[in-house]
Order: sequence, then structure tokens, then C-alpha cells
Amino acid sequence: MANMVRRRSTSARLWRFGLYALLIVAALVYLLPLVVMILTSLKPLEEIRAGALLSLPSTISFEAWIKAWSTACTGMRCNGMSGYFLNSIAIVVPAVAISTFVGALNGYALTKWRFRGANLCFALLLFGCFVPFQVVLMPMARTLGWLGMASSTTGLVLVHVVYGIAFTTLFFRNYYVSVPDEMIAAAKLDGAGFWRIFWRILLPVSGPIITVSVIWQFTQIWNDFLFGVSFAGFDSQPVTVALNNLVNTSTGVKEYNVDMAAALIAALPTLVVYVLAGKYFVRGLTAGSVKG
Amino acid sequence: MSALNIRHVDKTFGSTQVLKDISLSIDSGEFLILVGPSGCGKSTLMNAIAGLEPVTSGEIQIGGEDVTWHTPAERDIAMVFQSYALYPSMNVRQNIAFGLEMRKMPKAQREEAVARVAELLQITPLLDRKPSQLSGGQRQRVAMGRALAREPQIYLFDEPLSNLDAKLRVEMRTEIKKLHQRLGTTIVYVTHDQIEAMTLADRIAVMRDGEILQLGTPDEVYNDPVDMFVAGFMGSPSMNFIPVTLVSGGDGYVLRVLDGDDPTGAPLELPWPAERDAQALQARVGERLILGLRPEHFVEDETRMETSFDGTRLEVMATVVEPTGADILLQATLGETEATMRLGPKSRVAAGERVALRVDMSRAVLFEATSQRRVA
Repeated sequence: MANMVRRRSTSARLWRFGLYALLIVAALVYLLPLVVMILTSLKPLEEIRAGALLSLPSTISFEAWIKAWSTACTGMRCNGMSGYFLNSIAIVVPAVAISTFVGALNGYALTKWRFRGANLCFALLLFGCFVPFQVVLMPMARTLGWLGMASSTTGLVLVHVVYGIAFTTLFFRNYYVSVPDEMIAAAKLDGAGFWRIFWRILLPVSGPIITVSVIWQFTQIWNDFLFGVSFAGFDSQPVTVALNNLVNTSTGVKEYNVDMAAALIAALPTLVVYVLAGKYFVRGLTAGSVKG
Repeated sequence: MSALNIRHVDKTFGSTQVLKDISLSIDSGEFLILVGPSGCGKSTLMNAIAGLEPVTSGEIQIGGEDVTWHTPAERDIAMVFQSYALYPSMNVRQNIAFGLEMRKMPKAQREEAVARVAELLQITPLLDRKPSQLSGGQRQRVAMGRALAREPQIYLFDEPLSNLDAKLRVEMRTEIKKLHQRLGTTIVYVTHDQIEAMTLADRIAVMRDGEILQLGTPDEVYNDPVDMFVAGFMGSPSMNFIPVTLVSGGDGYVLRVLDGDDPTGAPLELPWPAERDAQALQARVGERLILGLRPEHFVEDETRMETSFDGTRLEVMATVVEPTGADILLQATLGETEATMRLGPKSRVAAGERVALRVDMSRAVLFEATSQRRVA
């Protein structure tokens, strides 16, 4: 009876109303911490001490943000978060680019140039997705020392690339499995080799999965604290480590507004990435066969 | 000189042998069709010719050169795939030119070649479109254009029409035939559709279980099949197989249809034509054989005068009558088998009636019941 317009009964409407009410309340609860953070970061310290956590600031002041960015003390230094923010970018950009590229290459080789033991190879790589960070800390420290990359940005990039390849390979392999083999066969007959096929045929159709890989890797690496705190040198600490130091610096008064502003600064890039590219992430994960 | 020469090619996957000692050779300009049910090894053989799958043993020569261990790119071949396998990120022009570009042809020549095949296939207005903006038939043309632009020694077609709807399939079939006649290209074509095989091929190789059962012209394969499989596979509706006993009659041989009764109660008997070679039959008197009769070997007795057709008269009971427009397919019991007969469109036969037919025994074939091999 699809063509009949049905009136909703009163009980159904009530039910629907209750459902929405519940969802709205849940969303508010979920958003509350973020709201408190933003409000607190915009208030002067005296107002925070007065106690009203949820009250709107009487005067909006960006002083805490400026302080967090440029003059707040993280341990011994008082240059704010800015330097660490740039450190993070210096780590994230090459690490994301390299791990995504290697993942694409792995996925391509595992699906389109199948070699003896390709499945075992993939299974072992998959295993890498389940290795907890803590387990590799000591061996990784030894390895970095041995390579002469201890306490450097290069070392951190290497760690993140190695750790990320398992995930990016998984993404690309599952995507390339749905690319028809006949397309690759056609390119081989046309005279293209391994690299030509990769650059000219496969990469141009990999947009959705590259987006997924980049978003995933960006968030993972930007939010990483453990590798940062373990392997970074004094000059190469990422923003997450700096945030920890800033909040834990125990001299003088506790400046909640600066803490909140610093936390927001540290979280901002991943937030922006999700808001701008979130829908592509979902789309890319569900994207399948390439229509010829 | 033969354009393609395959000698004793074997291919095994693990313990299964998918190609068993395949040998064949085709001349330049010949249209060879590999036909068989799915899993018969025809696509594997094509991939072996293309170099996409290595053979286990044997030799493949293209244009007199041993290419058994050459890469696909090093063999002078082009292939049209079932899924068309166009490059989705490139437009039609780039798709066609890609192979030429990989072979380092200068840009001016490339454009000339693209223009030539686009004209030939009437796809010039589509050159700037992406494959996703094309219909199935248009993609098919582009895929052929990509192969034609390269002007290779051999073209390989892997079930190129099976993704098209019925009407388009017939159109493209004619088009491929025209192209072949016009360009005189050497083509190896894989299909499971026996009508495609009959209409297009110069020669047909019927395959089953990794073996070539018969290699011959469409006429040979259709009218002179080597065994029951080939006889049954080629032709639609397929050949009727009727169990008979060979009896020695007064002046020749007679085939007695098992459980067959004339309306008079006498056993149904079909004489083996005296003009046909009967030597092979001598030793088989009394043996159970299978008689193969194609639907068109029957004619309704009333209309035989129009067709100047003479044959053995027999009467059967019509069970189902299926008019197709062009002619009428009649199902009738012949002994213990349900046989199909193709009658003229003017026939007035109705189901449940007895109908008098003439059967053309001069074109009948006989098989051994157990081995299914041809006897006569």
C-alpha cells in the first residue's frame, strides 16, 4: 500500500517525539565538554575562579589563546605551543605522504602482481595493525639509536611510517582488489610496465582511498603521544607532548583558560580535517569497484 | 605462413590440467573461434596466447617467432576483453592512444591513428568522453578501437559481446565480421555462444576439459561432428540423439528405434541410405547406437513437395508446438526420446495430434553409445 497516505497515530507521534528528545539530550551531553572548553578558554581567570563552569563569559577575551600559542610555559621554556605545532606538522606531513604512498604500492603489488606468498605477506602485514604501541617502544628505541635517528624528527617520521604501513596497505589492498584485473592485463598488453600501470592507470582511480588513508594517518599521527614522548628530542617534540607539559607545569597559578586554549589548539587540525573531509572518509571506505 | 602456431601446449594449476597438449595453427587473415562450455580451458588458452599466463610446457609462435616466454607487451598482439577494461581515468582518445604512447609512437602519428580508428568505428564524436559516460555498445567500440589502433599481427577477442543485450550483440557481431572482411585481420575469438562461432569463424575449435575435440570450418563442425559433444554443442535447438539398434535388412542396414512404434504396431525403422558408406557399420550389426538428427532434418510430409525434399516417412505424436515466427518447433516422441523438429511456419500441427514427417537420413550421423564417438 505504498501509494496510500497514512496518518500517524498519536502514540506513534509521541514515540517519535521521545526518540528525538533522547537523541538531542545525548548529543548535548556529548558536546558539553567541548562547550566548557571553549567557554573556559575565552574567560579571564578571575571569572573561572568564581566557579560558574557553564556560564557565558562576561567579556570575551582571546588572551588565553594568545598566551597558549606564544608565551605559555611548557616545562623550562616559555614559548607557547607554536613551535611544537610546527614540529607536529613537520612530522605529520612526510609521515602521512610516505606511509600512504608505500601503502598504495603494497596494495598494488599484493593484488595485481601476485607473487608466491602474497597472501602470507599480507597476513603478516595485517598483524601489524594489532601490535600495541607499548610493545615496540624498546626495540624501536634500539633501532632508532642504531640508525642514528634517535631524538630526531626523521626518527619519528620513520616510526610513524613503519607503524602506519600496516593500515594503509590494508586500505589500498582492499580497494585494489575490486579494480578489475582485466584493466591491468589490458595495460600490460598495451606495453605498460609495473610503474607505468601504477602511475597512469591505478593512482588516477585511487582518489577515494587516498582520502581515507590520508585522513586516517593524519589523525593517528597528529594525536600520537606515546611515540612522541618516547622518541622525540627536545627540539622535535610534537604538540601533544607540549600540551601535556604545559598542563603539568606546576609553577604559579593553574591557568585553566590557557590549558583549555592549548588543548583546543592541539585538537584543531584533526577537527578541521574531519569537518572538511569527513564525508569523503565514509564515502571512501564504502567505495568499491571502479566502473570502467 | 602461419600467423599463430601453438605446439603441444600444456597448462596445469596445481594438480588440475586445464590445457592438455593443445596444438593448432592459424593462417594470416584467418578468423579462429575457440568455443566450449565454461571451464573448458578456452579463456586459459587465450591468456596463454596473450602471455598473461605462462604455459607449463609447449611452444607458442607468433609470426614464426617463438614467443613462449615473451611478456604480453613483447608479443605483437592486442586484446578486447569481456569487460572492455577501458581505463576509467582517461577519455576515449587517451584510451585508444595509450598503447601507441607506450610504444613511443610520435604524437602526430598517434593522433592520426586515433582519427583513423575513430572514423572506422564511428566513434569520432565520443573521443573526448570518459568511459563512464558511454553506453555498453559504445564502450565495446572503444575497446575494439584500442586494439585496432595498434595494428598488431593478431587480435584476441575474449567473449567481447557477452555483456551486451541481445539486439546489440547481433549488431556488433555483424560489425566484427565486416571489420574482419575489410581489414583482413587475424583474429582469435573466444566465446561460449555457438551462434557467434558459426556466424563469424573461418574455423572453429570446439573445446572441452582442456582439449580441442574438433578443429574445422563451421560447416564441418556442424554437419560432420566427431562426437556427440560437438554435435550437441553446436546448433540450436540442439541435435536429437535417438537410441537405435542396427539391424541388417535385405539390401542394406536399418536403424530400429528403441521402443519406437509405428501406428500400425510395427517397430519404427529408419533405413540407412544405400549411397552412404556402410563399411563401418558391418561389424556393428545388432549393436546399440545413437542416431543424431538435427531439427531441420525433418520436414512435414504435406509440405515436402514445395521443398523438393525426399526422405523416409515416419509418423510421430506431437507433444508441444512452439511457434517462433520464422518457423515452428515441434516436440514429439521418437521412441524413448523427446525430439525437436523444425517445421515450416505454415504447418498446422497441433499438440496431441499425430503428424506425418519425412526425415532426411542422408544427413544423419551415428555415434557409439558408450564412447560417444562418431561411427558414421
